[in-house]
Amino acid sequence: MPTETSAEKIVPEREHALELLRAMLLIRRFEEKAAEMYQAGKIRGFLHLYVGEEAVAVGAMQSLREDDAIVATYREHGHALVRGIPARSLMSEMFGKANGCSRGRGGSMHIFDVSRRFYGGYAIVGGGLPIANGLALADKMQGTNRVTACFFGEGAVAEGEFHESLNLAALWQLPVLFLCENNLYAMGTALSISQAEPDIAAKARAHRIPAETVDGMDILNVEAAVKRACDAVRRDEGPQFVECQTYRFRGHSMADPELYRSKDEVEEWRKRDPIALLREQLMEWEMLSDAGAEEIESSVTAEVEEAVAEAEAGPWESVEDLTTDVTGR
Amino acid sequence: MKSDPRVFLIGEDVGRYGGAFAVSHGLLEEFGPERIRDAPLSESAFVGAGIGAAMNGMRPIVEIMTVNFSLLAMDQILNNAATLRYMSGGQISVPLVVRMATGGGRQLAAQHSHSLEVWYAHIPGIRVLAPATAADARGMLLAALEEPDPVFIFEHATLYPNEGEIEEGSKIVDIAHAEVRRRGDDVTIVTYGGSLPKALNAADELAAEGIQVEVIDLRTLRPLDTLTVLESLRKTHRAVIVDEGWRTCSLAAEVSAIIMEEGFDELDAPVARVCSAEVPMPYAKHMEEAALPQPATIVEAARRLM
Repeated sequence: MPTETSAEKIVPEREHALELLRAMLLIRRFEEKAAEMYQAGKIRGFLHLYVGEEAVAVGAMQSLREDDAIVATYREHGHALVRGIPARSLMSEMFGKANGCSRGRGGSMHIFDVSRRFYGGYAIVGGGLPIANGLALADKMQGTNRVTACFFGEGAVAEGEFHESLNLAALWQLPVLFLCENNLYAMGTALSISQAEPDIAAKARAHRIPAETVDGMDILNVEAAVKRACDAVRRDEGPQFVECQTYRFRGHSMADPELYRSKDEVEEWRKRDPIALLREQLMEWEMLSDAGAEEIESSVTAEVEEAVAEAEAGPWESVEDLTTDVTGR
Repeated sequence: MKSDPRVFLIGEDVGRYGGAFAVSHGLLEEFGPERIRDAPLSESAFVGAGIGAAMNGMRPIVEIMTVNFSLLAMDQILNNAATLRYMSGGQISVPLVVRMATGGGRQLAAQHSHSLEVWYAHIPGIRVLAPATAADARGMLLAALEEPDPVFIFEHATLYPNEGEIEEGSKIVDIAHAEVRRRGDDVTIVTYGGSLPKALNAADELAAEGIQVEVIDLRTLRPLDTLTVLESLRKTHRAVIVDEGWRTCSLAAEVSAIIMEEGFDELDAPVARVCSAEVPMPYAKHMEEAALPQPATIVEAARRLM
């Protein structure tokens, strides 16, 4: 677990800090509602929740511009929400409705919104990295200074595609920001029993990619580290790598009985809940009052409730359209 | 590449080496290393890079040295290239062209010689082409670059040395239809790619015996042009399918099933298949020849139907 005392205390602007808090809380409440909807049978298939890891997506995404691209994994609801994909569009997708962002074709694991350059949730571990390289290659060849942010878990570092992609990105100096969300478990397999070298940043450096490891529960540190890396990518210094050490508070998916880790371990990490940490910090700095916190809470709750209502009311795609959009012809 | 700056080539040894089969010989000098990209031996990474670039405004051509190597990129091909449009509800287009060598006949044994194009033809969301002539090799590539979806072009390695006239100014070829390469009334041979010359040789031999063979070059393996096959069958009422893939679950099996479903009443004899023997490709020349479809085995199969 990362130590509580970070190297530097960053004091943010109040408005910005409140936005970060709201964004994390929206993800938290959205995910809790999604779990409820899963229990109610409204969401089916696999459902992977981001609870506990919110600081990573919210902190990292602050450095990105509208024209940057994002590649994420099957645990991508948080990234989609920070990117501005409306909660109603996301929830409708998870309900399988035609008004969902992927028209109900993708579900929880395959969120796409090309208008926001959100290039999707990839459910084959490591499978998004080569795609991120390609998006970045096109940007580079077209002479833009766009960045492609590529999120993946620490499980991906065991895949050949991880090493192939890091090498290619470094070799071709592609504008990719590799963001590893190290939550310590690839489903139920701990990093310590799956990697001979558990230092993930060292693997990136072995491919000559500058890498930094950051406490992923401290959003201000995540934001600062990713900004440094993102700025370097935009200055055309080649790919950069940030490992965010985090933890998921819930199971891998809704089907996970969590036999592989202890309740004590989960409780220890919960003490470092990124949302509680930021809230306490903001109160200490007198940037947030109880009433202010309550206001954020109720506005987020309303947004999630509205998302559920819209998903409930949304239409199903007609079965007649089963074979549309298999090809573009 | 001259007319469209979005087109570029990625692959192993496509630049400095000039292409494993010399397909890209001289292109590095003409277009430079930005557009003729030598890739490390990372099939998954460079096919994925092609997919991502295609999603983002470019028109990449990816060369994979042989079909056996393409298996290392199967994740990117099936899970990404073929599914992204559908999975994203129609938001994503992947206009990617992937070319690779396929087939046996060069004594390269069991890791360089198989004809696995049917594995690709199984996948919805992509188009699969197999040129058998010089004009098609060129024209299909141009046509593929106009497609909104991934196109896989399987070039039979034994065809590379063949020479053929290409008409001045002839450009894009039709990739929606099969082509009748020889007209005949007695039996239809359905084939494609490297087996086409063998089928035409067999047809010559059969003609000497008085059996007139119609030879259909499928050209596009997905989606299949079944109408051309069925139309021929209405005339000949007999069909031999020649396919260098293994017989079990082969393209020949698919064509045979379509004939059964849609042309059953036309048949005067059971459909015959000439495929590769169900063995990993052997090295020794006589053994490899025995494993592959040959004019003699095609002739024999056709005779049996008469």
